[in-house]
Amino acid sequence: MKGIRSPFVIRKTRQQHPLWRKRQPLLSQLDIELTERCNNNCIHCCINLPAANRSTRIRELDTTQWESILRQAADLGALTVRFTGGEPLLRKDFPDLYIIARKLGLKVLLFTNARLIDAKLAHLFIRIPPLERIEVTVFGLTRKSYETVTKVHGSFLEFQKGVRLLEENRIPFIIKGVYLPANADEVNQIEAWAAALPWMEHPPDFSLLMELRGRRDSPAKNRSLLKLRSSPETAVTFMRRHEKKNMPGMASFCERFVGIKGDILFSCGAGTGGCVDAYGRWQPCLSLRHPDLTYDLLKGSLEDALTRHFPTLKGMKAQNPDFLQRCARCFLRGLCEQCPAWSWSEHGNLDTPVEYLCQIAHAWAHHLGILAAGEKSWEIQDASQRIISWAKNRSSIQGNREGKSPGKK
Amino acid sequence: MKQDIDLKAIYVPSEDVVAREIEGELIIVPIVAGIGDGLDDLLTLNETGKAIWDQLIQKKQLSEIIELLKKQFKSAAEKIEQDVYGFVKELLKRGILKMQSPRS
Repeated sequence: MKGIRSPFVIRKTRQQHPLWRKRQPLLSQLDIELTERCNNNCIHCCINLPAANRSTRIRELDTTQWESILRQAADLGALTVRFTGGEPLLRKDFPDLYIIARKLGLKVLLFTNARLIDAKLAHLFIRIPPLERIEVTVFGLTRKSYETVTKVHGSFLEFQKGVRLLEENRIPFIIKGVYLPANADEVNQIEAWAAALPWMEHPPDFSLLMELRGRRDSPAKNRSLLKLRSSPETAVTFMRRHEKKNMPGMASFCERFVGIKGDILFSCGAGTGGCVDAYGRWQPCLSLRHPDLTYDLLKGSLEDALTRHFPTLKGMKAQNPDFLQRCARCFLRGLCEQCPAWSWSEHGNLDTPVEYLCQIAHAWAHHLGILAAGEKSWEIQDASQRIISWAKNRSSIQGNREGKSPGKK
Repeated sequence: MKQDIDLKAIYVPSEDVVAREIEGELIIVPIVAGIGDGLDDLLTLNETGKAIWDQLIQKKQLSEIIELLKKQFKSAAEKIEQDVYGFVKELLKRGILKMQSPRS
């Protein structure tokens, strides 16, 4: 639709224009975790179950049940549905679910490892485009690195084949990575590949924090995940790799998003969307599986979940003394991943601070010059002033670098 | 402009799109390739377009729609005719509308 010159048809890009003149619909996007099963057995994964796990498979919603949920999402105004997993393409009825979603007028965002993309599926994506870029996770660029992560023999070749089909058929996709010892040396190559893809608008995202299992079902797996975590310093060094490019925006980011949020638990965007797990339970987000916060859609409806169940979460406040002493008084929450989902997977409750995240946020703030060595953010008395002075200082450094002076345009 | 459009015909939304009314906004979502290829883009109609669309989905003949709009709006009759022709032609070209049947 590029180059629309019609007096009647208006092309609206979500990022550029307010889509809704009056008010937002109740639901804008729904995340659907079609399965927890995966054809990879990744060392870092916080969700995957074996692909052939029969007891899991028979618990999953069937096509008709998913159709009902998709229809409800469309009726509530959702424009996009994200199919994720596990590996969503493991579902034999994936093409049916995809067509159902698209025919309901939903755009489809697919998260996949690309191993199961075959000619038939590629043809479907050509004929009925998803209208969102497919997101492919890349675990490595050599067989050795890739399969060290996935622990599945032959997975690299299948991944290559799937990606080739997308590329050859010009099906829009982007890539993202996971930063692990096995592929740490390939980050530059992955970024170079990404830069050559016409659909990438910015460098690929890399996961590096290694979330623990949200089901809290495997202490052994959690122990392995903990071993894979980078030190806070290494994590910050990794995040700094595009510093020159990103730093100009960092000052305004900090001014907007760094600040004290008090004892409110859900200061994230949870509540404007939501996620449905493979068995029909609505969750506030993909990671938060606390049984008291989920809602059984097989016994109710999406509308009920969003209008009656979810608003109660928004008002929830932290009780944990450690949270109240630290997180509630911390002004780095825009730099910190601390949230109820992380507390749940790490500690089994919603408000115990996650030490690792706290360390990363402090290392990051120290690197940026917001905090001095050894300072704790919750001990700073003049937090707002600290951020304002820091942002001004950054802008002035940036201005000097660009040869600007206050009076110079 | 008028020559391609049949006044006695009924024009309806194509099966290749889904028109969704969400919070008062009409959103046209392409289903098949070739209608809207902008990835993150959505198509909506302006007020004139929306007024014509509301009549089209009631499966009325084009001539009937023009007469209704003439009564509904204060604009000059010629302008309304031009708008309806322009709108139908534009949406036919984009594959958003199709001719259901000419009425004899």
